[in-house]
Amino acid sequence: MDTLYFDHCASTPIHGRVAETVLEVMKIHFANAAALHRAGAEAMKLVDRARAGIAAGFRVKPDEVVFTSGGTESNNLALKGTIGSLARSAKHVIVSSVEHASVYRCAKQLEEQGVEVTWLPVDRYGSVRVEDVTAALRADTALVSVMHVNNETGTVQPIREIGEALARYPQVRFHVDGVQAIGKVPVRFREWGIDMYSASAHKFQGPKGVGFLLVREGLALAPLLAGGSQEAGVRGGTHNVPGIVGMAQAFRLATESMPERRERMFRLRRRLLELASTIPELVLNGYGAEEEEKTSPHVVNLSYPGMRPEVLVHMLEKHGVLVSTQSACSSKSLQPSRVLSSMGLGEDRASGSIRISFGDEHDERDIDTLGERLRMTVDKLKPLERSRG
Amino acid sequence: MKEDWILVRFGELTIKGRNRGRFEDMLVRQVKQALAAYPALKYTKTFGRLYIQLNGEPYEPAAERLKDVFGIVSFSRVIRCGHDLQDIRETALQAIRQVEPAPKTFKMTVRRAWKAYPHDSQEMNHLVGAHVLRNTPDLKVDVRNPDTELKVDIQPEGTYVYASVEQAAGGFPLGMNGKAMLLLSGGIDSPVAGWMAMRKGLEIEAVHFHSYPFTSEQAKEKVVTLAQRLAYYGGSIKLHLVPFTELQTKLAQTGQEHLIITLMRRSMLKIAEKLAAKRGALAIVTGDSLGQVASQTLGSMNVIGRDTSLPLLRPLVMMDKLEIIRIAEKLRTYETSILPYEDCCTLFVPKSPATNPNLGIVLKIESQLGAELERLVDEAVNGTETVVLTENSRSDAPAAAEDKWF
Repeated sequence: MDTLYFDHCASTPIHGRVAETVLEVMKIHFANAAALHRAGAEAMKLVDRARAGIAAGFRVKPDEVVFTSGGTESNNLALKGTIGSLARSAKHVIVSSVEHASVYRCAKQLEEQGVEVTWLPVDRYGSVRVEDVTAALRADTALVSVMHVNNETGTVQPIREIGEALARYPQVRFHVDGVQAIGKVPVRFREWGIDMYSASAHKFQGPKGVGFLLVREGLALAPLLAGGSQEAGVRGGTHNVPGIVGMAQAFRLATESMPERRERMFRLRRRLLELASTIPELVLNGYGAEEEEKTSPHVVNLSYPGMRPEVLVHMLEKHGVLVSTQSACSSKSLQPSRVLSSMGLGEDRASGSIRISFGDEHDERDIDTLGERLRMTVDKLKPLERSRG
Repeated sequence: MKEDWILVRFGELTIKGRNRGRFEDMLVRQVKQALAAYPALKYTKTFGRLYIQLNGEPYEPAAERLKDVFGIVSFSRVIRCGHDLQDIRETALQAIRQVEPAPKTFKMTVRRAWKAYPHDSQEMNHLVGAHVLRNTPDLKVDVRNPDTELKVDIQPEGTYVYASVEQAAGGFPLGMNGKAMLLLSGGIDSPVAGWMAMRKGLEIEAVHFHSYPFTSEQAKEKVVTLAQRLAYYGGSIKLHLVPFTELQTKLAQTGQEHLIITLMRRSMLKIAEKLAAKRGALAIVTGDSLGQVASQTLGSMNVIGRDTSLPLLRPLVMMDKLEIIRIAEKLRTYETSILPYEDCCTLFVPKSPATNPNLGIVLKIESQLGAELERLVDEAVNGTETVVLTENSRSDAPAAAEDKWF
């Protein structure tokens, strides 16, 4: 039995061409890109070319791309770097309650250090409301951080609307965690008034351990790590040259074909929703097929109320299907999902959810297989259902 | 039927007598090359003007590109419509609404080149102008000092309407005035001098003196990047990389520390002159600016330029540093120029360079070096490596692998 991997939100399989590129660059361009000699200069040229490629994709200047080790670092740099760069007076931040742990925990840490945090509520689909953002603004607000695509439900936040609303408050920085959005959802960095945007390569078929933060020209950020002057001093540390080159290639591959890929993934998503709807035990969390513009095409979140999700995950794995419970980063905790709880879904649903996320390697047949195995699993588990009180 | 056009006005070359046709063709070719990224454009040349039909291509980026084509004085976004009065009125309204920021005052000018048109220019001024006024609440007429001149040009084939004029680079089409060698260092001034020379219709080949291995690969890369910026204005550019180390070392050994810069500059001109002869260039362009450094005092310039028979063109000679920097920023060469890599001169800069070198002594030192100096000059010329750069080209061999990786 083939194993079907449906955990793209956690990590995507690396693109074959990107893997080759990383290996080749790793072998040939081993020199430190900051070194003065020719080999160093050549490595730096590759870094610069990667930077230019990513900048072109967002229509920003190359200097506005800061390479990091991935999404977590990008998010930490955006939040802590902002607070660290500002005078004591501006110490209020606004963060949505459904952010990824790397923003959520970061904001919690800032809270412990005396920064005031307003946690934005979401509706039952996990959407932030623009009026809640503007209502939370204060004279000392330094930062608003709202993710682009939620990593558990796929819900797309109204980034453009928030950006437009914040246009009247130039002192407030707008950070968007775009880790789940690259290659799946269009982004207009400048037009939407975004100041910082986080991304991670392994979420779009690139290598692990590399990512970037777009930082609007003129924004000061305090570095997280004391060190060298790489990345204009914002992010010292030796450049991960193979990773950066691989990321630029994966980025191009993911973004240049986005319209067709989106269409294809939405087709698969619709089919999965249709199959899931025939299994009465399962309920959908987030937007259905009728409101596709508000969701990312690559993820479906389902609850089996009254069933512990890890049981479902292990049983599906026995049937050759890999999915996760909530987000991979917090899957080992047995707490109900913070995101689903924020959506007001009740403990039964919030603690019994699985996340199915897919990508380019899947086709309709895979989805049908998934559907069958879901049904089989649910049938087997039915006798174990806890009382639904 | 309404069509989007760009009306391009040629500059000084319209006064160039019987060569004019040739120069205009040259410019049209250069415009087409600059706008090659927009294949749907259609070009129509008339007396002293060029009409470009957009055919669905975007105006903004094409306009941005046009601003940097030498020989174009100005251009306008033009809407072409038919002869129907109502049609012309609506088009005029559309044209004035495209102007940003919205003008507060305007002046109406109708030109009736097609004399068979039923209304004369005066009537038309009124007929069209009144319509625009009625439909644009905050707009007033001001014939003396209007924010915008709304122009309607009635030609037999159709009517051209436009309300804005964009200034372009001016000057002459590239190459119209022949070819010159540009001494390109890694500094701020020489790329600006190159751009000014190109704007005056000179085709430029760049000459760079390097002291490899005393200077780094990055220093060379920096010059390549600068030359590529110039290639944006010229389509492509040749860069001659002259090995200068041996000559420089020899000059240093003469023990005339305070004259070393003078001696080096003279050798550079000798080499550039020989390269010019090979390349069919009739002048040498430098980024000298009077009084800026020791080698740019009047006394230094006199001694340095003495035995060169080619015209030495120094477009920046009377400019202030700040003016030069402003242009360098506009050309986007500034950020590259200020990168801190050593160039061929930094190694040998004396503590107190002569600001008023003695020509007699300089000539004496050179004659003592005699045949040796000549041999080193020839060696430098023969060892010169030439690369052809386009705006996007890169200079190094791993390029093929790189392309595959991105």
